[in-house]
Amino acid sequence: MTASQADLVLRAGARPGGGRHDRRFKYALVAPSIFVLLLIGVFPLVYLLVVSFQNITMTDMDKTFQGLLNYRLLVQDTRMWEALLHTVIFTAVALPIELLLGLAMAQLFIDRLPGRQVFIALLVLPVVVSPIVAGATWSLMFNTRFGPINQIIGWFAGEEVNILWTINPSLVYPAILAAEIWQWTPFMFLLLLAALSGVDKSQLEAAAIDGAGYWRSFFKLVLPAIWPVMAVAILIRGLDLFRLFDIVWALTKGGPGTMTETISIFAYVKGFQQFETSYTAAVALMIIVLLTVVVLLALKRVQLAR
Amino acid sequence: MKAAHRNRLKLAVRLAAATLITLLFLFPIYWLFMISFKTPDEIFSYPPKWWPAQLQFSSYAVLFRDGDATTVLNSLIVAGTSTVLAMFIGTLCAYSIARFRTGGDNLANWIISQRMVPPIAVVFPIFLLYVWLGLVDTFPGLILLYTAFNLPYVIWMMRGYILDIPIALEEAALVDGYTRWQMLWKVVFPMSRAGLFATAIFTFVFAWNEFLFALVLTRTEVTTYTVQVTHYFGGQSNFWSKISAMSVLGTLPIFIIVGFMQRYLVRGFSLGAVKG
Repeated sequence: MTASQADLVLRAGARPGGGRHDRRFKYALVAPSIFVLLLIGVFPLVYLLVVSFQNITMTDMDKTFQGLLNYRLLVQDTRMWEALLHTVIFTAVALPIELLLGLAMAQLFIDRLPGRQVFIALLVLPVVVSPIVAGATWSLMFNTRFGPINQIIGWFAGEEVNILWTINPSLVYPAILAAEIWQWTPFMFLLLLAALSGVDKSQLEAAAIDGAGYWRSFFKLVLPAIWPVMAVAILIRGLDLFRLFDIVWALTKGGPGTMTETISIFAYVKGFQQFETSYTAAVALMIIVLLTVVVLLALKRVQLAR
Repeated sequence: MKAAHRNRLKLAVRLAAATLITLLFLFPIYWLFMISFKTPDEIFSYPPKWWPAQLQFSSYAVLFRDGDATTVLNSLIVAGTSTVLAMFIGTLCAYSIARFRTGGDNLANWIISQRMVPPIAVVFPIFLLYVWLGLVDTFPGLILLYTAFNLPYVIWMMRGYILDIPIALEEAALVDGYTRWQMLWKVVFPMSRAGLFATAIFTFVFAWNEFLFALVLTRTEVTTYTVQVTHYFGGQSNFWSKISAMSVLGTLPIFIIVGFMQRYLVRGFSLGAVKG
């Protein structure tokens, strides 16, 4: 049997005018998934749209059409803008640090090293810890009196220190970022290590013979080679950071006040603690639209798969 | 001779750096685990003790006695069932997309973009729907949401794994007179079992570790371990032993599972972008 015949057999259903049986087969396969995805992908959109034009709160089931009331409130809500800003700050600080630390660690582990596989296996562990558990862990670490961090600082300071990591306004960000960076740097490390091991060594050696320095060959040869993977890693982490909830929830619940409130925490508080249903619907819809646009634009530039 | 000496020194420095970094990253995990084996007096001794005088299992005994430990079982039921469901319907969908390009790039991109929407935006309308349907704090409600939430990941990953299988095998099966369904069961699934296994583990871990959906959609009946951990927050500080013991119960199984699948980690984490 020739290749083209085989192709005809298998792909018949993919062609317009292909066998009716095959067409039914390929749609039958996707149907259950599409159904479930529509349930969480499209139903919420429609529902949010409807509710966001009403004015439902815990005490008031006002289902009359309110026009853009909630969206007007949303735009004027400084707390929402601040939450968005906090989210951007977390992302803008954590992402580059995770990337650079992960890259440096990958460089360290790229060459032969005794026990290399064991090191890598151990370094991955933070990534698979539940983020809420990671947050709980760091709240134990940062405890003012019984945590090891103040104790260690005390050794260097030569006296007892009582630093209020999760309460002091100038220290909550470093504290949350430390937990976040601890958990996800190994993620960057793992992906970049895989990317680096795909770089052609002979090219690097040739460049070295030609007298190219370390940084020059890094920017000219290594970076372009690992960029596709790096872009995927940045995309995944960037989107994860935008939804940041668990670690902050465990460490500060968005406090002190609303100082560390991310957009996810803001929406949670509005929807599930203050029961401002219609307003939260507007917030959620804004988040979905914002993210979907970003993701679709990013997917055009980043190659997630062949 | 001199060069060999320098190389050895360089290796020793790298080894020292690698050890230091690894210890640094493991320390918080050590601290979490270690607290669960301390007595309350040891937890609240000052300055903090870095290891317990002897291994105490009383923190765990309390969790089992009070029934708090059943939340791990709830996590297992929810994560396990949703993983099986998502793997089954997701792999079928992946096959159709991989081999027939069903829906083209638009469908594939839409599916993966579903994964990237923040959970808070999805769970809010789902919660309102569940209140109406009476699905809050029930296993079916939570399982359905986790299935849906993990489906894009399964489809995306399995699409990649199926594309790795030589198409000639399926062609041969069809020529041999298999129906398309038989071909799926007897050729495609067995051939992609490594991918199925790896994807299932990742899916399971995502559901197992998830917090926000569980926080919103559970009350008392199907509380998962992640939510249970937060129940001890902010109360009396003697809940520390419970926080750490509960966390260990939820984390240790994951460590064991991940230990067995190092080979698949890179591909799983990178959404298939790196073949690893």
